[in-house]
Amino acid sequence: MAELQPAGPVGRPVPRVDGVAKVTGAAHYVDDLDLPGAWHGATVRSTVAHGVLDAVDLDPDYDWTDVVVVTAADIAAAGGRNVVTLIEEDQPALVPLGGRVMHVDEAIALVAAPTRARALEARRHVRPRISARPAVLDTDAALRAEVKLYGDDNVFKRFVIRKGHGDDAAFEDAMAGADRIIEGVYPTAAQEQMYIEPQGMAAHWEDGRCFLVGSMQCPYYVHKAMKALLGCDGDGVVVTQAVTGGGFGGKEEYPSMIAAHVALLARKAGRPVKLIYDRGEDIAATTKRHPCVTRHRLGLAADGAIVAIDADVVMDGGAYLTLSPVVLSRGVLHAAGPYRCPVVRIVGRVVATNHPPHGAFRGFGAPQTTFPYERQIDKAARLLGVDPLAYRQRLALRPGDTTATGQELTFSVGSEAVLEAIARAAGPRPARDAVSAGGAPVRRGRGVCFYFHGSGFTGAGEQRIAGRATVALTAAGDVEVRSSSTDIGQGAATIFAQIAGASLGLAPERVRVVDPSTDKVPDSGPTVASRTCMVVGGLVERAARALGTRIAAWAGEHGRGGAPFAEVAAAAAAALGEVAETVQYEPPPGIEWDDATYTGAAYPVFGWAACLVDVAIDLDTCEVTVERCVQAVDVGKAINPMIVKGQIEGGTLQALGWGLLENVLYQDGKVANASMTNCIVPTFADAPDLETVLVEVPYPYGPHGAKGVGEIPMDGPAAAAINAVVDALGVDFDVVPVLPETIAARRDAWDAARRKS
Amino acid sequence: MKVSLEVNGAARAVDVDPWRRLLDVLREDLRLTGTKEGCGEGECGACTVLLDGAPVNACLVAAGQCHGRKVTTVEGLAGHADGGAVLHEVQAALLACGGAQCGICTPGIAVCASWIVDAEPIGADAGARARVRELLAGNICRCTGYQLIVDAVVEAAQARRAGEGEP
Repeated sequence: MAELQPAGPVGRPVPRVDGVAKVTGAAHYVDDLDLPGAWHGATVRSTVAHGVLDAVDLDPDYDWTDVVVVTAADIAAAGGRNVVTLIEEDQPALVPLGGRVMHVDEAIALVAAPTRARALEARRHVRPRISARPAVLDTDAALRAEVKLYGDDNVFKRFVIRKGHGDDAAFEDAMAGADRIIEGVYPTAAQEQMYIEPQGMAAHWEDGRCFLVGSMQCPYYVHKAMKALLGCDGDGVVVTQAVTGGGFGGKEEYPSMIAAHVALLARKAGRPVKLIYDRGEDIAATTKRHPCVTRHRLGLAADGAIVAIDADVVMDGGAYLTLSPVVLSRGVLHAAGPYRCPVVRIVGRVVATNHPPHGAFRGFGAPQTTFPYERQIDKAARLLGVDPLAYRQRLALRPGDTTATGQELTFSVGSEAVLEAIARAAGPRPARDAVSAGGAPVRRGRGVCFYFHGSGFTGAGEQRIAGRATVALTAAGDVEVRSSSTDIGQGAATIFAQIAGASLGLAPERVRVVDPSTDKVPDSGPTVASRTCMVVGGLVERAARALGTRIAAWAGEHGRGGAPFAEVAAAAAAALGEVAETVQYEPPPGIEWDDATYTGAAYPVFGWAACLVDVAIDLDTCEVTVERCVQAVDVGKAINPMIVKGQIEGGTLQALGWGLLENVLYQDGKVANASMTNCIVPTFADAPDLETVLVEVPYPYGPHGAKGVGEIPMDGPAAAAINAVVDALGVDFDVVPVLPETIAARRDAWDAARRKS
Repeated sequence: MKVSLEVNGAARAVDVDPWRRLLDVLREDLRLTGTKEGCGEGECGACTVLLDGAPVNACLVAAGQCHGRKVTTVEGLAGHADGGAVLHEVQAALLACGGAQCGICTPGIAVCASWIVDAEPIGADAGARARVRELLAGNICRCTGYQLIVDAVVEAAQARRAGEGEP
C-alpha cells in the first residue's frame, strides 16, 4: 500500500507560533522588559499649533537632582543631525531654539528620571516659551497659502493620472459626451489606529553603540533615522523589535521619533531609559489616517456604461511631509476603482497644515478614495434603477481590461469571483421596517461595495527596496528564517514558518523565525503595503528552496542522495557549520512603470474584494446596528486560512468603525478627544458576527499563489455600510463617518423621504 | 500601607501607597507583566484581573482595596499536571481558534473569558454568542474583529461542560 504523503503545512490553520506565549501572558512587550537601572522618559510638547520657540525655561524652584533634560542642542553637540529621516528631512526630532513650532504636541524637550512619576512631574517644570503665529488648520486655508508652511504653495506632493485623453480640454470633451454626470463631494475623517499597546521604546548605550528595542513595524526605518540623528554608521546602532501589540500603520514611521528621543535620553543619562507613551499622549501626538476630501464626477452613457471618471483628491498631510506623498500615491492609484472606463483623470494633492502629521494607516489612502467612488457607483445604480450589485458585476474590470494607469490585467483577477461570492451569500433582504426591543421604529437597509488593492510597493518600489531574506541551517542543526518583516499580530512569523517548512518538508514548529534585529536579519523592506506574505514570503520560499538544494547536493555527495532534508540536516550542519541562503527580490516579468507620467503597471498584482452590509437604524436615537457583514476577498492563496480570516475580519471591523462610529476631533490643531473614553472604537457588542469568504485566484509569482491581503479589508466596508444607511433612509450621506448625530441632523430630509416611499 | 493579598494562589505582601494602582502592584512590585496597560482609564480591559473571582480593571483598583483579597491574573490561569503547564480551556481555545493576534489584549480577554465559562452556561447558539459579546464588551481588541474570540469562548465553554461531564 502506497504511503500517503503527509499534508504540507501551507493552506492549513496552523496555530500561531507565538500563540502560547501570548495566551499565557509570557510574551514580553517593550514595557514588560526588565531593564536593571532603567530610568523613565517623558516628552515636553508644544501647546500651540504654529509659532517660534523662543526659550526652554527650567523652573528654578524645582529640584532637578536625578533628572536629565535633553534639548535640540544635545543633538548637534554629539555630531548628529536634528532630523527624523524618512522621505525628506524636514522634521526635527526636537524643535531647536529659534526654530519653528509646527503643530500642537510637537516635541520640544525631553526629561528622564528614576521613576515614571518623577519624570512626569519634572516635565511639568520644563516651560517652553513660544511666540504664536497664525495657524493653518484646514486644507482650503493651506491651498490659499497666505501662511506658508511648505514651499510657496503648501503642496507636499501633486499627482495627475490621465487615461484616454491628452489634456484637460480633451478630458472635458469626453466628459461632455456623457448622457448624465453624477457629481459629489466626499470628505472622510482622520482615524486613530488604536493599537491596544501604546507606542514605546527603550534604549541603552554600550561601548559607544546604541541599542534600541521597542514596539515597531519597520526596524530598518528606525535604523536609518538613527544613523543621521546620532551621526554614526550602520554598526553604531542596533534596532530590535519587541513583541508588538498592534500597528496597523501607526507604528510604521512614528517609532523613529520615539527612538530618537529615548536614544538621546539614554546617552545623556548614561543608563537605560524607557519611553512609554500613555494612551492620551499616543492619541494626541502620533500619526493618524489622513483626512481627505474628494470631488468626484462620474460620466455615464445612456446604457449605464462609464464614459469618464474625474476625481480631485485633497489630503491633509499635517505639519511635516513624513509619508504623505506615498499615501497620496496609493490614494490616487485606487481612486478610479475597479471599473471599466476609457477616460480617467485623477488629480491628487496632499498639503501642509498645522495638524500633527498624518501618516500610515492600513489602506494607506485607498479607503479615502474608495468611499467616494463607491458612493458614486451606488448613486448611478439608483439613478438607472438597477440592482447595485448587478451593476457592479457589469462594470467590473476583467482580464484584458486596463486600469486607470493603463495597466492591462492578465492574471490573478478575482473581480468576478468576489462579486459572485457576495451574490451567492446575499440571501433575501431583511424586512425593511421593524420595531426595536425598546419599541422604537427601525428602518433597515442593504449596501454593497466592490474594490481592489495593489499588493506590494507601487511601480518600481519593490526593485528599489530590493528586499532580502535568509533561510539558514544553523551549526546546531536548526532551521532559521531571518527577515526584518515584523510580526505585529498579522501572523508573519507563523506563515514564514509554514512557507519555509513547506519548501523543506518540515513541520512549521521545526522552523524558527528569528525576532527581527538589525544585527541579525537582512533588510527585507518595511512591514507595510500588503507585501509581507506576498513579497517577503516569496523571498522566504526561494531562500528555503535554495537551502534545500544545497543540503540535497551535500547529501548526494555523501551517499545519501534523495534523503529528505529533515533526515540529513543534522549531519550536514555538523559537517558544514552554518549554511545560509540569502535571496533578493526580483520583479515578475513584464512589470513596467513610468513614474513621470504615472502610467503602466502600478502593482505586480491586485487583491479584489466585495462586501455586503445590512444595517438597522433606530429612528428615535439614529443609532446604526450592523446586522450583517459579508466580505469576500481574493487572497490568491490562503497560506493559513485561520490567520488570514482573522486578519480580514479585523480590517473589516476597523472599516465599519471608521464608517459609523469612530471620530477624531481637532480643536485649534489639537486632538480634542485624546482618550479611549471619547475616541471610541468598536467593542464586542458593536460588532456583528462577521462572515468571511476566502477566494483564491492564485498569483503566479507569489508563494504558493498568495498575494497581498493586509490592507484590502479596510478599503470597502465603510462604503458598504454607508450605502446601506442611504438605502434605509432614502437620502444621501456623503461623509465618513456617519454618526448617529450625522443622521439626526438630517431627520427632516429622511423623514420626508420615508413618508413618500 | 502593608497590603497582604493572595495572587494566583500564593500569599503576597507589599508595602505601598494605598492609592497605588493594583495594575502597578502586579506589574512592577510583583513583576507579573502579563497584565497589560492599554488606556489607564478602564476603557480597554487589557488589565482585567479577577478580584475575589470577579473581573475588574486593575488600573481602576487601588492597592488599599486589595488587602485580604484574592487576585487572579493571566499567569494564574494555566494549571499544572505531570510537571508541565496545562492551558486553561479559554487559553487553549484562543490558540486553536485564532483568537489571539498581536496578543496585547489577550491576557485580559483570557481572564474575563475564564470568568464567563465559570459563571454561566454558554451554549453554541446565536443567543449565546450575543451573551459572550455582552460580557466581553469591556475588553477591546483592535486586531480580530472579535469573531474568532467569540468562537473561542463558545468552544471553551463547550470544553468546560464536556469536562464536567455534562451532555
